[in-house]
Amino acid sequence: MKVFMLGWEFPPFISGGLGTACHGLTKAMSKIGLEVVFVLPTPIESAFSTHVIMLTPQQSWAADDFRVEYDKSKNVKFHEIESLLQPYSRPEDYQQRFEEIIKQKQLIGSDNIETSVGGLDIVEHYCGNMLAEINRYAAASVRLALKEDFDVVHAHDWMTYPAGIAVAALMGKPLVVHVHSTEFDRSGEHVNQAIYDIERKGMHMADRIIAVSHLTRNIIISRYGIVGEKVEVVYNGVEREDDSPVNFDKVGIHSDEKIVLFLGRITMQKGPEYFLMAAKKVLEVMDNVKFVMAGSGDMMSRTIEMAAAMGIGQKVLFTGFLHGQDVKKVFEMADLYVMPSVSEPFGIAPLEALNHDVPVLISKQSGVAEVLTHVLKVDFWDVREMANKILAVLRYPPLHMTLREHGNFEVRKLSWEDSAKKCAKIYDGLMVKV
Amino acid sequence: MDVDFIMPSVCFYFQVHQPLRLRHYTIFDNSPTYFDDSKNASICRKVANKCYLPTNRLLLETIRRFNGRFKIAYSVTGVVLEQLHKYCPEVVSTFDALAQTGCVEFLAETYYHTLSWLYSRSEFIEQVNKHIEMVEYLFGQTPRVFRNTELIYNNDLAETINSMGKFDAIMAEGADHILGYRSPNFVYRPPDCDNLKLLLKNYSLSDDIAFRFSNRQWAEFPLMADKFTDWINSINGNGNVVNLFMDYETFGEHQWEDTGIFNFMSHLPEEILKHPDNNFKTPSEVVRCYDAVGTVDVPHITSWADMERDLSAWLGNAMQSNALHELYRLERPIKETGDEDLIADWRRLQTSDHFYYMCTKYFSDGDVHKYFNPYESPYDSYINFMNVLNNLERRCVGAGVGKARVTC
Repeated sequence: MKVFMLGWEFPPFISGGLGTACHGLTKAMSKIGLEVVFVLPTPIESAFSTHVIMLTPQQSWAADDFRVEYDKSKNVKFHEIESLLQPYSRPEDYQQRFEEIIKQKQLIGSDNIETSVGGLDIVEHYCGNMLAEINRYAAASVRLALKEDFDVVHAHDWMTYPAGIAVAALMGKPLVVHVHSTEFDRSGEHVNQAIYDIERKGMHMADRIIAVSHLTRNIIISRYGIVGEKVEVVYNGVEREDDSPVNFDKVGIHSDEKIVLFLGRITMQKGPEYFLMAAKKVLEVMDNVKFVMAGSGDMMSRTIEMAAAMGIGQKVLFTGFLHGQDVKKVFEMADLYVMPSVSEPFGIAPLEALNHDVPVLISKQSGVAEVLTHVLKVDFWDVREMANKILAVLRYPPLHMTLREHGNFEVRKLSWEDSAKKCAKIYDGLMVKV
Repeated sequence: MDVDFIMPSVCFYFQVHQPLRLRHYTIFDNSPTYFDDSKNASICRKVANKCYLPTNRLLLETIRRFNGRFKIAYSVTGVVLEQLHKYCPEVVSTFDALAQTGCVEFLAETYYHTLSWLYSRSEFIEQVNKHIEMVEYLFGQTPRVFRNTELIYNNDLAETINSMGKFDAIMAEGADHILGYRSPNFVYRPPDCDNLKLLLKNYSLSDDIAFRFSNRQWAEFPLMADKFTDWINSINGNGNVVNLFMDYETFGEHQWEDTGIFNFMSHLPEEILKHPDNNFKTPSEVVRCYDAVGTVDVPHITSWADMERDLSAWLGNAMQSNALHELYRLERPIKETGDEDLIADWRRLQTSDHFYYMCTKYFSDGDVHKYFNPYESPYDSYINFMNVLNNLERRCVGAGVGKARVTC
């Protein structure tokens, strides 16, 4: 079975859980013998993709030849198309991101990562319109698809749906769309109509829809008018860390201080203000606590200002977006990970926290709450209860210990291999039909 | 007639208990009211209507119908009686009516249904005495048979009970690992306790009624009174007594009315008494009629809970042992305050259910533990309990200071 997979994030260039999910899923698929061709809009560092065969773009976007790197032993092949696509963005953010990416690329360029340097002159070719970008991605995907032989098209989230629809129609193959988040999760009730339309069309054109949780499945059914039989739930997994833990000193933080961690994009969807309100309540009872907010996002400056206005500025630390080792480091320091999301289709970060032996407190409005039992749960708006539970973990060591032990054990049961097997089963079902 | 042809007596004992559930209590709360009165009232009324009232009526009617030949025993905790008294006094009067028949025996246990024996012998004895007083006051009889919370038992408990000098027998789970090849259908004796007998639960036959009755996957489904009687009769010659110990809530609550459990129970005495050699006995009668056939040595603690038949449902994780330890650590300071309300609250917090809710065993699988749990997770129950305990400790410190001033 060969899968033509359309995505746009892959480590290390990730802004949320989607890249992590694609990485974990494709790796597991390769392990169970599925062949995957993965089309990406951005180049990736080979260190993160050794399990795959990948295709990266030539110096110029206009060239329709793609450089091919082969890894002999594995089953996943990557195609990349230079693009500014970002999974969680709205057109308004696009211009801003455009500039950010240029900056980011310059930074990477200075680190001498060759594949990325090529991107520098490509950015000039971009037009400033995200919807046009999506169509460009679709056109490029179609060109790639013509050269490949595959059985099924698998598209991750709305940006790739037009590409998925086109490829599936052209090649006469079944289309599976994988919903990691919906416009309602990202924008609340203020949905972007254009994005909603793309999502809706993708879901209606798809032969099968994979939702990352029942929470998301319900949104797909009720908000997008899809019949229930078409939507299957495949939970995300988490990879066990193979390498030994990093032993950083707790720099700048006193050993008698407790650390409560927020890790994720600082956006409306993630509920940063509820985290601050709970922090304020915690600090009324307990003084030796620091609240670390790791991540960046459109609400970052507002959140910093809010912390200052609440008078807890000195207790809340902002780290900006963290990569690889830094994520590990911050998990090592944390006594509790809090995910106060207003709307979270799944939420891989809590699984990573558990993997790092950090107890977690998650909002009940998250898909991952469906699969985790050895965690604390709270309604995101109930900041009093959130503070109550944070304080309990900090004050009652047996709670911390029990959550950590059982949680770490439970998270081992959530493997990407199971997710990959479920996807394979869904593909098989489509083969029978065709 | 040959001894071999003696039919076994049937000894029913029902456990009646409802915990006082805590209200949602955060670290920011500061009021000394810990219990959720409205939830406790509504659960109490619900269980009364589904179980206590109909079952009491049924058994009362059965006792009258058989004119003294049908007998049963209860252990009713102080915690549930206080609630019944408050929320459904009619249940208390039906228990009283049962007591008046002379065919019903009431057993002794810890008033607050606690694990106190594991943590404080003096507290344990106080609670047992308080329970005995209650039974004497309400039902006009003095218990002579003891059962510990959740049938928690070992040699040490037998020794404690023996040394209290008030009891003829003690009850325990007839677990395979303590009996080995021996049958639970005889009266035994704990080691070195000449005046105390041991009644062991026949868990197989008891659980056929309590757990398997409505299980459609069970090969013996549906269980009818005549079939069950055949099983009892087949013990013929191989035992003196079949101890059927179970939660009273089996009738109408664990097994709903539509499973036919009431029908089963109303026909069972008739079926059993069809054989002229069969009879029903209360635990005290069993103790009087049958000699102990041997000694059962139980160095390790057993209970009637779960597959493990041990303490792991209440003491299986760090939260449970921490909560229990912190609670009993307060015994002296609490008692030194002499504050009756404070002491009563402390004792109500000892009810074993609070620790059962913290059990993480099987939690992921969503089994029976979940059904009886008012909390969404064991972690929530621990947090709630510890917040309450914190407040109790603060009150205790406050009360202690106040008292010191008075005595000065």
